[in-house]
Amino acid sequence: MTIKLGVPSKGRLMEKTFDWFGARGITLERTGSDREYSGAVSGIDGVSLVLLSAGEIPRELEAGRIHLGVTGTDLVHEKLVQWEQKVEPLSELGFGHADLILAVPRAWVDVTTLDDLDGAAAAFRARHGFRLRIATKYHRLVRDYLRDGGVADYALVDSQGATEGTVANRTAEAIADITSTGETLRANHLRPLGEEPILRSQATLFRSRTATKTDADRAVLKQLCDMLGL
Amino acid sequence: MTTRAARERALELRGIFEAAGAAVVECDILQPAETLLDLYGEDIRARAYVTQDPARGERMLRPDFTVPVVQMHMAGGAEPARYTYAGEVFRRQEDHPGRASEYLQVGFELFDRTDPEAADAEVFCALQSALEGLPLRAATGDIGILMAAVAGLGTSEARRAALLRHIWRPRRFRQLLNRFSGKSPLPESRRALLAEADPMACAAPIIGLRDREEIAARIEALRADADEPPIARGEVEMIDELLSVAETCPFAIDHLKHLGMDHPPLRAAVDRFERRCDALAARGVNVDILDFEAAYGRTSMEYYDGFVFGFYAERRPDLPPVATGGRYDALTARLGQGESIPAVGGVIRPDILSEIGGEP
Repeated sequence: MTIKLGVPSKGRLMEKTFDWFGARGITLERTGSDREYSGAVSGIDGVSLVLLSAGEIPRELEAGRIHLGVTGTDLVHEKLVQWEQKVEPLSELGFGHADLILAVPRAWVDVTTLDDLDGAAAAFRARHGFRLRIATKYHRLVRDYLRDGGVADYALVDSQGATEGTVANRTAEAIADITSTGETLRANHLRPLGEEPILRSQATLFRSRTATKTDADRAVLKQLCDMLGL
Repeated sequence: MTTRAARERALELRGIFEAAGAAVVECDILQPAETLLDLYGEDIRARAYVTQDPARGERMLRPDFTVPVVQMHMAGGAEPARYTYAGEVFRRQEDHPGRASEYLQVGFELFDRTDPEAADAEVFCALQSALEGLPLRAATGDIGILMAAVAGLGTSEARRAALLRHIWRPRRFRQLLNRFSGKSPLPESRRALLAEADPMACAAPIIGLRDREEIAARIEALRADADEPPIARGEVEMIDELLSVAETCPFAIDHLKHLGMDHPPLRAAVDRFERRCDALAARGVNVDILDFEAAYGRTSMEYYDGFVFGFYAERRPDLPPVATGGRYDALTARLGQGESIPAVGGVIRPDILSEIGGEP
């Protein structure tokens, strides 16, 4: 048996994760051709690398098919019901920062708080006969946030990409999405509400609470945590 | 999981309601999601199972029978009408994974416009007698009294409407009441907006469905609201006192009547409460020991707008109520496309009955 470490399979998130482990004496690398998703670990024995889409890492941690995984807090909170019982965050990695925010058209000068959004939603529904639509892929997080905020008369519409464009395309009136610099929002004439973000996310190393471990695995995990300074 | 014992119990209970004059009805398990979403809002998605039909669009596994029964009745039922049903309902339990997500409900629904308080009493007693002999505690309330108090507040129509809209969200209701009574200040952003000579002077283009006129109309409404004097302290204290009423029915009536002396809009609603108690007593309920809580039922689904009740297993406070019910006049108006009919109903959960183990 080995300790399985799940890491995002491409892009900056993968490179930065490799750098973070590298700085702590553990070398992660992709092997084979550019297109092949296989990897190798050196600097410690008994750890294997599993390259996965960042979006699938929460599910794999929950199922216990990987022992450790690097992914965004946003994905863990959105995809895992009662996530605290399934995974434990071991360390924030200091990159991949992004906030989940709710944004409205910049022209909505009357809407800066959740209180405003609720008022605007009531008037919108009375005028148009349907609920104010908010496009997002973070259904659970946004729903919980709006319930806590006392917002009624809204509906979530699913948007798996190009969410900032939904308002101009008239398939939604507002959006909830991840933003790091806010440039895409500005380019699409949107701005975040003046509230705290729904969630502040960053790349985080999680430990599965459900993965089974042999005694040897436990020893490897301990050695790994020592090397990582956890 | 539904056990055979629970299913047999369900049919037995339905038989009792049938013998009390109710017609047996069946409802589809797959309901159009749109109707339920429009009615309950996005929160229903967190509580119900939504599934996709390529031809029919989103469907929902019925989270209750009330909506389909109302729709069926509004499509041409006779009046008055009594219905009963027994079948599974489906609820997602994200926050309570230990609770059942599929269980039986046996219901009794009464549509009658002649005497609402007598109808309330009939439904309560139908459930109570079906559960006779079990160690249950009854809880009752009346959302209509709080609604009457809010509708009678000496403030703008817009403020009363905003409070009524959030009757079922106690925290938000309180936040608005604090704002409208001057107890909490205007948010800074609102103050800044109101101070601007031309708040619409914004370089950003109008995008999406919500147009310039709607934005201007809301600013106008915010300005009017800012000029509105605060809700009087005496009225806020009346709401607080009303919400704190929790005693047996006779004392609750006295207490609320006392409140009604200074606040006339309450009187008609308190009279209805008293008439209901009389109707219950006439059916043999000992109202002298029946508990009443003015805030009861405020956090459940937002369609009860009058009498509300529940039956709880006395020795098992960990279990959900064995039975719940209430009046939902407004729901029939929203589903009735212009028509409406006063309606009251309740459901029993045979699986909870099995868990407390009592035989009637």
